[in-house]
Amino acid sequence: MAAISLQTATMAEEVKLFGTWASPFSRRIEVALKLKGVQFEYIEENLSNKSPALLEYNPVHKKIPVLVHNGKPVAESLVILEYIDETWKHNPILPTDPYEKAIARFWAKYIDDKLWPAATKVLVSKGEEQKGVTEEIQEQLKTLESELKGKKFFGGESLGFVDIAANIIVFLLVAQEALGLMEILTEEQFPVLHEWYQRLVDDAVFKECVPPRERHLGFFKVRFGSSTASK
Amino acid sequence: MASAAMQEEQVKLLGFWFSPFVRRVEWALKFKGIEYEYVEEDLTNKSSLLLTSNPVHKTVPVLLHNGNPIVESLVIIEYIDENWKQNPILPQDPHERAKARFWANFIEQKITEAARTALLTQGEQQEKVVKELKEAMEVLEGEAAAKLNDKTLFFGGKNGLGYVDIVLGWICNWAEVIEEVGGFKVLDPQKQPHIHKWMANFVEEPLIKPTLLPKEKMVVYFQMVRQAYLGLAAKK
Repeated sequence: MAAISLQTATMAEEVKLFGTWASPFSRRIEVALKLKGVQFEYIEENLSNKSPALLEYNPVHKKIPVLVHNGKPVAESLVILEYIDETWKHNPILPTDPYEKAIARFWAKYIDDKLWPAATKVLVSKGEEQKGVTEEIQEQLKTLESELKGKKFFGGESLGFVDIAANIIVFLLVAQEALGLMEILTEEQFPVLHEWYQRLVDDAVFKECVPPRERHLGFFKVRFGSSTASK
Repeated sequence: MASAAMQEEQVKLLGFWFSPFVRRVEWALKFKGIEYEYVEEDLTNKSSLLLTSNPVHKTVPVLLHNGNPIVESLVIIEYIDENWKQNPILPQDPHERAKARFWANFIEQKITEAARTALLTQGEQQEKVVKELKEAMEVLEGEAAAKLNDKTLFFGGKNGLGYVDIVLGWICNWAEVIEEVGGFKVLDPQKQPHIHKWMANFVEEPLIKPTLLPKEKMVVYFQMVRQAYLGLAAKK
């Protein structure tokens, strides 16, 4: 009897993550699954040759990440994070209080709606336009920094929904270094955010979910290198 | 006892009469039977309450619950659903919730945003966005065809209205306004018969019907907005 129920328990939790090693959205899901101690199978997708499975699981957008739990797909990284939090209830990522939760959702949305488009733009723009977008990003970082207000993480004592969403910042800084761009996040300009950033990249779980540094620098150089002329 | 409990629930909504994002929040509040005070804001002269409640975006809707501000219509609707448990708006099952959120995001990013941009542009720029809007409407029609039938009138399924219905509902009052002002089609009843049927059912819902505004009033307002945007763009 005990053997059968153990088998049922392991069969019940078939978790697959379709992602790519360099995507911040894909890495967000890895952080969440690892924080919860959820065993999962990772499938690396080739975006220029998407697998039939990916196309079947996300027919609308045909994008990663996609989480497949017992055969049922969930797409869109913030939607997946909420699904993970609601399905595996230990080590919560979102606050339990509805008001605190609303604030967390607001900031995650701000990161995806404002910071992400600006971050992608800064990598492909040149000269004056690039300078303008860099200033825009700094305004956004200033806004985000004011939300930290003396907390260790956006999530409080431990990293949460907004910290995971803010992994975009980590990726942006690697890109900045790879392409020799104007410094976006300095300790002088953003002391609070800088300290938060150090805590984030030192976190035991988070640091496992960041692309290998040299490979990541190379990725940005190959993808965006020819279009930069900021100096 | 009852009055003490009622006093605790001070709900205020800051809005503009012509905003589909505000209207959604009103639908969510009415769906739950929540008493609220509506405050009409002046776009050209925003109140200090609005500016302090939403310092980041400085816009409506803003829901104030016992003085605490919540902003962004989708965030507000989820807050309402979690804070007041009667008449659930989102499904209970996590996978169904994820699907509802997925479609709400799809509608927002691919349809609402596209319609808004097309309303405020012309020529090639408008054509490009209208094409994207058409494609998105076809995808949504596919979902509507799969989910809706004679027994299931709404995306909320057997519970009647749900999250996706409330998020998409703006189309029922605004699509024809946008079509007239912008000079393009948002919806094609021939190509999107399931969405068309869903709209006909949505506007007849008892809580929705009294909230609909006359087209003419909105056409006048949005004509003015479109002219203002095109004028600004021409100056650049």
